[in-house]
Amino acid sequence: MKRLLSSLVAVLVAVSFLASASLAKEIKVGVVWPMTGLIAAFGQSAWKGAKLAQSMEPTVKGGCKIHLILLDNKGMKVETANAVSKLITENHVKAIIGAISSSNTLAGAPIAEKNHIPMLTSSATNPLVTKGKKYISRVCFIDPFQGEVAARYIYNTLHLKKAAVMIEKDQDYSIGLAHAFMKAFKKLGGKIVAIEFFQSTDQDYSAQVADLKNKNPQIIYMPSYYQEISLFARQARQYGLNQPIMAGDGAEADALLKIGGKAVNGLTFTTHYDVHAAATPLAKKFIALFRKKYHEDPDAMAALGADAYFVLANAINKAGGCKATPDKINYWIRHTKNFKGVTGVITINPKTGNAIKSAVIRKVENGKFVYVTTVNP
Amino acid sequence: MNSTVILQQLVNGISLGSLYGLVAIGYTMVYGVIRLINFAHGDIMMVGMYFAFTGVAMMFMPWWAAFLLSMIATALLGVIIDRIAYKPLRNASRISALITAIGVSFFLENLFLVVYGGVPKAFPVPSVFGGAINIHGVIFPNIAIITPIVAMIFLGILLVLLHKTKYGMAMRALSLDMETVRIMGVNVDLIISLVFAIGSFLAALGGIFWAMRYPAINPLIGIMPGLKAFAAAVLGGIGSVAGAAVGGFIIGISEILIVALFPALAGYKDAFAFLFLIFVLLFKPTGIMGEDLERGRF
Repeated sequence: MKRLLSSLVAVLVAVSFLASASLAKEIKVGVVWPMTGLIAAFGQSAWKGAKLAQSMEPTVKGGCKIHLILLDNKGMKVETANAVSKLITENHVKAIIGAISSSNTLAGAPIAEKNHIPMLTSSATNPLVTKGKKYISRVCFIDPFQGEVAARYIYNTLHLKKAAVMIEKDQDYSIGLAHAFMKAFKKLGGKIVAIEFFQSTDQDYSAQVADLKNKNPQIIYMPSYYQEISLFARQARQYGLNQPIMAGDGAEADALLKIGGKAVNGLTFTTHYDVHAAATPLAKKFIALFRKKYHEDPDAMAALGADAYFVLANAINKAGGCKATPDKINYWIRHTKNFKGVTGVITINPKTGNAIKSAVIRKVENGKFVYVTTVNP
Repeated sequence: MNSTVILQQLVNGISLGSLYGLVAIGYTMVYGVIRLINFAHGDIMMVGMYFAFTGVAMMFMPWWAAFLLSMIATALLGVIIDRIAYKPLRNASRISALITAIGVSFFLENLFLVVYGGVPKAFPVPSVFGGAINIHGVIFPNIAIITPIVAMIFLGILLVLLHKTKYGMAMRALSLDMETVRIMGVNVDLIISLVFAIGSFLAALGGIFWAMRYPAINPLIGIMPGLKAFAAAVLGGIGSVAGAAVGGFIIGISEILIVALFPALAGYKDAFAFLFLIFVLLFKPTGIMGEDLERGRF
């Protein structure tokens, strides 16, 4: 009897769900981003970008609205895995955008992969994120490229030969980018004179600073996030470690300037785009609308967040709009070709799910981010 | 490793240790009197930071006024938390009170997430605390000199209060036998409120100094320092005020030395603080300066 009841309930639930799905004039898309926690500035920026992109292109072919369901992963691995599960099993989303950091995306990706739901990340740059997976793609470049750009800039442009590296032990992004940088830097003929380790929740870097002062590098490469970088820079300057610091795209947030103050002046970093070097018509339109709505320039995270939305909306359209299935959406995400997005022209490799894009080098000058140069792959 | 580097690391360790010590004193005070591990203590430290931040960065007060007001407001908050969350459970089992403390901790964290948002805020550091002094190549940041001095001053004031005043006598008596003290006509609730006020006041002080040293504050910032301070309090002997200060110095110095001597293990330095705690407790269950736990004295 019990069994009969439970199967009846299951049938009822399935029927009601099917009925609601056919009636609904919307396509559900999950968004998993850090709205709180250490890297909240990134999630909030990306969400601003994605929301604006949605207001520019709210519907797909067949007149369905794209309905974004945002879940906060707090910048944590476990929370990301839970959010992805919840979106798939409870909200029945057709696709997921997220997460921001590589380690978080890596935590959620296997779940999306197993359920055959396409997951598109705006800014996870570690190569492992998409490796061996069919349903995970990204609209950003990958770290082997970013690390090489940094190494070439330090060696060829700044003419510095001795570098130290600060590695965040619990962030895949930091480990991957540091190793990519070291490999490229050694290949060019440079020397790594010190490798220091720390972890995300760390606030005290005085021990690492004392050691670095002793080893005396010409430049410190710190592929980490804005809070860690700004606290490290402050302590370094306080203890008289005045060598230049270079970082990756994790440095770019307004909070870096606010927390770092004078200590981050002169900091250089590789990133995805520069508002003054934006070239596509969509970028120009997006930037104008963004300024009007938020009274500020969109940063790389906002632009990438918008691109994740635009690329996904484009894929849903090609997959049949209202009738799109997750598998078809995934096919068209992976076959994105010469899409003129906010951060430039996006082509995703169908085999790997990685985007091939140029990188931009920016610098902190008098409390502002300024454009240095663009490096093409 | 030359002598300059070793000296530098010791300076770093002492200044970090004094921060832990300040926070640990609050833990120990509350435990000594009502046998409650107040797990919200780290979050009270965070509240102190945000109050000071609000005063300086949003209301444009002079820093000293903002810091003082923050400490007083945080002390009041400590008393209110005790009245609302802990007082009704005074005679319940210890585990109920502990779970309530964890609940208070989550409540404070999420309240401040809603009010201030999750993005780290830059804490405004007064220029007095900003600079550094260079002595033969060893750098003493001003804050690293001021923190231990302030910690010692407040520890001294607290010891005088405990051992030379009527209120201190009442606190020490409470830690031995609450019921008898109540029969003697002492206003027990007032004394307990005072304990919470002192503990929270010191947590806010520790928080403000923490924020000046690491000027990026977020609503979850109190968790790790809170746990470390708890470890420091247990290490020094929970219930002993001087022990808490000693425990703080030990945790701070050992943490810095781990990174200094074994850079490859820097990612695990938090684990070492707790491993260290486990080892000490295996050999001396009451901590370094702790008395028998059931006869807690300061």
